[in-house]
Parts: sequence; structure tokens; C-alpha cells
Amino acid sequence: MSDHTQNQENYWKANVRLIFGCLIVWALVSYGFGILLRPMLSGIEVGGTDLGFWFAQQGSIISFIVLVFFYAWRMNSLDKEFGLEE
Amino acid sequence: MSQFTINLLFVGASFALYFGIAIWARAGSTKEFYVAGGGVHPVMNGMATAADWMSAASFISMAGLIAAGGYANSTFLMGWTGGYVLLAMLLAPYLRKFGKFTVPDFIGDRFYSRTARLVAVACLIAASVTYVIGQMTGAGVAFSRFLEVDKDTGLIIAAVVVFFYAVLGGMKGITYTQVAQYCVLIVAYTIPAVFISLQLTDTFIPAIGLFSEHTQSGMPLLQKLDEVVRELGFRDYTADVDNKLNMVLFTLSLMIGTAGLPHVIIRFFTVPKVADARWSAGWALVFIALLYLTAPAVASMARLNLMTTIYPDGPTENSIAYDERPDWIQTWEQTGLIQYEDKNGDGRIQFYNDTPAFAEEATARGWAGNELNVNRDILVLANPEIANLPSWVIGLIAAGGLAAALSTAAGLLLAISSAISHDLIKGSINPDITEKGELLAARVSMFFAIIIATYLGMNPPGFAAQVVALAFGIAAASIFPALMMGIFSKRVNSKGAVLGMLAGLGSTLVYIFTYLGWFFIPDTNTLANTPDNWLFGVSPLSFGAIGAVINFAVAFLVSSMTEDVPEEIQELVESVRYPKGAGGAVDH
Repeated sequence: MSDHTQNQENYWKANVRLIFGCLIVWALVSYGFGILLRPMLSGIEVGGTDLGFWFAQQGSIISFIVLVFFYAWRMNSLDKEFGLEE
Repeated sequence: MSQFTINLLFVGASFALYFGIAIWARAGSTKEFYVAGGGVHPVMNGMATAADWMSAASFISMAGLIAAGGYANSTFLMGWTGGYVLLAMLLAPYLRKFGKFTVPDFIGDRFYSRTARLVAVACLIAASVTYVIGQMTGAGVAFSRFLEVDKDTGLIIAAVVVFFYAVLGGMKGITYTQVAQYCVLIVAYTIPAVFISLQLTDTFIPAIGLFSEHTQSGMPLLQKLDEVVRELGFRDYTADVDNKLNMVLFTLSLMIGTAGLPHVIIRFFTVPKVADARWSAGWALVFIALLYLTAPAVASMARLNLMTTIYPDGPTENSIAYDERPDWIQTWEQTGLIQYEDKNGDGRIQFYNDTPAFAEEATARGWAGNELNVNRDILVLANPEIANLPSWVIGLIAAGGLAAALSTAAGLLLAISSAISHDLIKGSINPDITEKGELLAARVSMFFAIIIATYLGMNPPGFAAQVVALAFGIAAASIFPALMMGIFSKRVNSKGAVLGMLAGLGSTLVYIFTYLGWFFIPDTNTLANTPDNWLFGVSPLSFGAIGAVINFAVAFLVSSMTEDVPEEIQELVESVRYPKGAGGAVDH
């Protein structure tokens, strides 16, 4: 786009920042709580097992849904804020 | 009414519905054929994506895998859902903005190279064909069990059904059929799960029942299950795993592979706007999660039910006598998917983990080996019978299993046919082809894709499980990184992208073939497929994530040493980043 502006650049930076934040949470709930940090969470009991097990089989999936909807909501309002919506 | 008649009724009614939709939603233009005219509502598209994505593997096999592996197989749950986060943030909205029909369209334009486009077509066809074999086989198995025909006849019925609505309707027909198929499959999966959860835990929602009290013993369900399997020499169901690196990489490979599977990506070309593509990914995940949150409950409850069927008085007491076995064991014995052999001649069924560690206890109890083999794949299908549910639930499961297999097969066949008619014929061989000619080419190539898939389904190359690993490996190591770099980097040029894709793909194939046999020909593997031989303990199934890293690294390295990306391509990258100015999926 030849009318490439500072506004567009800021929009893209905000998007990348948002993605970065979301992916940190994405990794934390699955690879973190669900796998690598499970031994550390073993003290927290959930229904006959530990929190890590819950995250691996339930919590991570629920978090993913929240993340995708949060991202969609946030980006769609960023589109409007920067005047770049369709 | 006999069970057979009921099954026939349920399956017949669901097929009549799919046919009706196909006739109603006939595709008239290439745009309708490839992207359903670009006017599908995001919630509707989410539902269709969920049906497209959830295959026979999700519906039939996944709960069985989790039941057998316990916590260790949570990888499938996280891996097959986490990919949608990547898809929603890194690919879907930008590819929708780009606004063409296929995945190679983007790769070819962005990397301004016919070679890049052809490599993408090759990767896409390889990943989709390997994936579709499993779907056809799954449909064949489901037909043969429920309609009591042999497996090949079942496969041919499946092929005819898919042919009818996919060839006629294209993406438009497939989309609306998939919405119906999603409804059938989710109802079929949930109803038995709710009944079983009520029986075992008095809890209505299976995902909560999983962490509730087992009514009969007063213990938490998972603790009870751990205790029962431990008594019989199995690993604790909730036990942690030792090789965490491999678990992480396997999950990551499944996630990246999911985000890179072309038949899932093209679904996001069908919604009207960029904003809709973002919402649609969320809806897809919601609809997928309805099944994926239930699956682990089905897994543990079915495992416990199986154990208590064999050991009605508890695992330390005598097991059930073979003559008193329930009907469902007899039914499945006829299919050969449950096998029994009375090794110690006591007329009872001993079912335990036959390992050296447990040998002493087994001998003390007068056991001469594990006597029951249960195929993991029957778990979901047999679930209603194990829990003594009414026969209409079994008919529903039959319709659901077929819906899962057929919807995914149709989506994959569309991805294959559009790659051939649009990318190969129109994109490379004959750019001047008319719209009508292209539509005909799309239908003809889908016809041949179905023939090939049916043939391979009848004569599976004997590597069903590896095939899925291969499809995900290819998608993760080649397609996903190329798409992501195309959007997020203005520096990666055509040489970088082509060499990156080839390096990622090549390294993944070599690693998989080294352990699983060259081109999957048995006994040609260079190294035995055991954890000791794996490089840093990484299993061949987990290598896709490393292949992706290699792809990224090579692409950036080569690009930094070669020419800059042309000005007009940089502008193309700019334009996909901003939603403003997107039209419908453009004809060209």
C-alpha cells in the first residue's frame, strides 16, 4: 500500500504485541501448567487428582477459547480505533 | 425392532438430510465451489469447521487413546485444540484479507514464484491424501459394524455418498452439509457420555463428573480408577510422564500441524469479512471443545466401566466367567476387535498388564498371561452397549461416527481438488481456462481424488497410525511456517521460502522414515523405533515442531543472504495486515 502511514505501523505493532501476550498465556496454560509445571502444582488438589491434570485435560482448552474470543474482540475494536476496519 | 433396523433408520435418515442439503446448495460458480461464495455466517462457519476438523480420529479413536494412556495422552486434547489459537491470531484473518481461493494461491503470490506455489501444492496434496485415507478407512469400519456389510462394501457406500454431495455442491454444499453433520455427531457423542456420567457420578455434565465422586465407592472417580488399574499392574491413570521434552514437542507438532492443515485453513476464506474470520475461529473452537471436553470423561469412565465389567467384585477378587460375559463382548468378539483366549483354563477372563514387573503377582494368582485383547478404537462405539443404554443410542452413535468421517473426507477432497484445478491447471498449465472449464476440472479432479482415496482405503498401505503423523509433520514443517513468514516478515524472499519449505519437509521426512521405515515399507527402517535410539528422546511423531524450526531458520538465513523482496510484494504484505479494503474472495 503506497499510502503507508505511521497510523498503520502503530496498528500492526499493537497487533503483534497483543498476539505476543496471548501466546504467552497460551503456552503457560498448556506447556506450563499442563506439562512442565505439573509437579509444582501437584499440591493443589482437584477432584481426586492435581491441578496440572485438570489443566491438561480441561483447563487449557477452556483457556484457548477465552484467548481466541478475547483476541477477536480486542482486534475488532483496534480496527475501529485506527480506522482500518472494513 | 432389531438393532440392525434401528441403525439403518438413523443412518438412512441422516444421509437423506445430507442429500437434501446438497441439492438445495448446488454450486453454480467457481467462487461458490471453492469458498461457498464467501458469504457464510461466522457461527455457521465455526460449526462447519468443527465438523471438518473432527474426523473419525477425534470421534472414534481419541477417547480410546486417552483411556489407554491416561494423562500422557492429554497431548491430543491440547494439541488438537491449541492449534486454533495459532490459526486465529497468526493466519486466518490475514489470509481472509488476501482474499483468494487456496493456500498455494497465497504462497505463490507472496513469494512471487511458481516454484513456491508448486512446492506448496505438493505439500498440500501429500498431507491431504495421507489424511483422507484414514477417514475412508474409518467410514468403512463404521459402516461394516453398523450396517453389517463387509468393510469394502462399506467403503464404497461412503465414497458414493461423499461423491454425491461434494462434487455437486462444492464448498457451498459441503459447508451446509457439515453444519448438519456437526449437529449429528455432537449429539451422538454427548448423549451416551451424559448417561454414563449420571450412572457413575450422579453428575449431569461429563467434564465435571470426571472430577467428581464415584457414587458406588465414595472415592473420587480418578482415584478409584488409579487404584483399580494399579492392582492389575497398569500405570496409574493420572501418573506424570518422564520424557517431558517429547511430550512438549509432540503437543507442539500437533498444534502447528493443525494450524497448517489446508482443509481447515480454506474454511476461513468462506466468511464475509476479516472480523468474521477472527470470530469464526473462536466459534470453531467452542464447537470443537464441546466434544474435546467430554472426551477425557468418556475415556476414564469407559476404562473404569470396562474394568468393573471384568472384575465385578473388585480387581483383587475373581474375574468374570467367560460364559457369563455381557452381550456386548460377544458382539464385538464377532468382529475380531475383542479377542479372548483362556490361557490358564479356569474359564474366567483375566485382564491385566502382562509385564515382568507384575509376573510374580500374576503367578501367585494362578494367571498364565493376559487373556483379553480389546481394540482401543471400539471404546466410543461400544460405550452405549457397555453402559446398557437403549438401542436408539447405538443407532445414533452409528450416524455420528459416519458424520465425523464423511465431513472430514469431504473437506479434504475439496482441498485436493481445488489444488489441482485451481493451482495446477489454472495457475500453471492453462491460465486461460474458462470459468465453466475450471468448474468442470474441479469436479473431475474431485472424482479422481475420491477413486484414489477409496482404493487406498481398501488397500491401506499398512501404516494407518504413521500416516496421521506424516500428515501433521508435513503441515507443521512446510505449510504453517511458509504462511506465517509470508504475513509477518517482509524480508523472506522466494529463495528463502522455497529452501525453507524443502528443508523443513526433508528433515521431517528423513527423521520419520529413519524410524518408521523408508516410505513406510516394513523393515526398511535404519534404526529401531525405540526411545533409546531417538535423537535427544524426540519421537518421530514429535519431529514436526523441529521441522518447523528448521524451516524458519533456513528461510531467514537464505533470505538475509539473497535479494530484497520486490517493492510490490512488500505492499502485498502490508495490504494483508490491514482489514480495510478487503473485498469478497476475488475471482481472477
